[in-house]
Amino acid sequence: MSWINLTALWKIVVFGLIAGAGLPALFAFGLKALSMPGGARAQTAGGDSDQLIGGNPLGMVLAAICFLIILAAIGWGIYEVYQIGHPAPAK
Amino acid sequence: MNCLRSLSTVLSRLEDPDRVGNTAILVLVVITALGFDFTNGFHDTGNAMATSIATKALEPRVAVALSGVLNLVGAFLSLAVAATIASGLVSTKLVTLTVVAAGLAGGITWNLLTWLFGIPSSSSHALIGGVIGATLAAAGGHAVLWHGLVSKVVLPAVLSPIIAALVAATGTYLLYRISRSLTDAARSHGFRIGQIGSACMVSLAHGTNDAQKTMGVITLALIANGTLHAKANAPFWVILSCALAISLGTYIGGWRVIRTLGKGLVEIESPQGMAAESASAAVILLSSSFGYSLSTTHVATGSIIGTGLGKKGAEVRWNVAGRMATAWVFTLPSAALVGAGAEALAHAIGSTTGVVVDLIILAAVAGVIYWRSRGSKVDHNNVNDEWTGSAAPSEPEPAAAA
Repeated sequence: MSWINLTALWKIVVFGLIAGAGLPALFAFGLKALSMPGGARAQTAGGDSDQLIGGNPLGMVLAAICFLIILAAIGWGIYEVYQIGHPAPAK
Repeated sequence: MNCLRSLSTVLSRLEDPDRVGNTAILVLVVITALGFDFTNGFHDTGNAMATSIATKALEPRVAVALSGVLNLVGAFLSLAVAATIASGLVSTKLVTLTVVAAGLAGGITWNLLTWLFGIPSSSSHALIGGVIGATLAAAGGHAVLWHGLVSKVVLPAVLSPIIAALVAATGTYLLYRISRSLTDAARSHGFRIGQIGSACMVSLAHGTNDAQKTMGVITLALIANGTLHAKANAPFWVILSCALAISLGTYIGGWRVIRTLGKGLVEIESPQGMAAESASAAVILLSSSFGYSLSTTHVATGSIIGTGLGKKGAEVRWNVAGRMATAWVFTLPSAALVGAGAEALAHAIGSTTGVVVDLIILAAVAGVIYWRSRGSKVDHNNVNDEWTGSAAPSEPEPAAAA
């Protein structure tokens, strides 16, 4: 029996970085895409406005893709945790 | 159904006088354990919600309500940690109900004391320390499964804040870099929305790890009493009552700890808040599924420090961090001492009466601490006041008499 489970450790570090830093980074990309200028509302945002939506159609699509990937990843993660946390009774 | 079945088991034992004493103790132990779960909830609301409250992403009372509900859901999500506590730390053959009661006394006392001083110490370590201290006093060193203790509790305690800080620092750096084309106001607005999601994930993760600890202890008590066989899983009524206790505690909200975490450590902007919460949620959920009973408090603190390190020019208040780290080192041994003392007292007086005396003393201590806390109240009104170096904000007018 070893005192430290290295497999668990590297999994926590790697998946921790992917989920804990990667997903928020994807969210940031989504925000950036969302704010791409263009379309009818291009000129409305001033220098210190907190308006997020730039109105660029491509940006909107990219943003939607980012946000959907995040939601899917969270859903998949929760499902995995449930699966691992409720082991099927041994046969 | 299980609930009814265990009730009928309990009732059938009432005919046997020896069993009556045991059953009475069992009921007291379960109630005390749920009490611990409640303090666990309000001690830890801050881990999930402190940064969202500090950046005003969520209104304080909405935040605690949301967190309460998600803790409830999280408690059902994974049972791996409950199994670690119930059968991985102490030898279930040598543990008695008195030991569990004494251990709980140790855990609750330490939890309340640290809450009074606004120190986000680990509820988990308080509980585990209490149980181990009581086990040592009752049965000696061979009753403690040292390997399980070190590999599933002590090492994760040391490593998890470091991993969380690393993840949060990386996240913070990426978020600021990616979003630098946005205006400050737009960035702050966007990440405040993101923070709602990440804070919810932390609450969910908290349920998968912390609610499990009380489930584990109650299961341990049921095994000690012979109601369950060794290695048994937590019965459904245990899962449900623990989930309810922790979510109620979370809803009541530990405003003191929220304040220290949200205002005391680092001045937090919304991208940092989101990075910290995402890092905490990811590390806790991953560890839960491996059965590591880590401290959500240590992880949240590590994450918050990480966001301070990941942003240029951010200031980490290392003296506050140092005060916390000191409390962490002392948590296991202090709770163990109280647990051992309670066990010795209960043993000296004799079984049923001893446990009752222990629990009465515990209730008295809790009352005194609560009364002391009224003098410098922290609640949803002043939780975000400017940090002046202590948990309770300085008051402009004399406090109303409690």
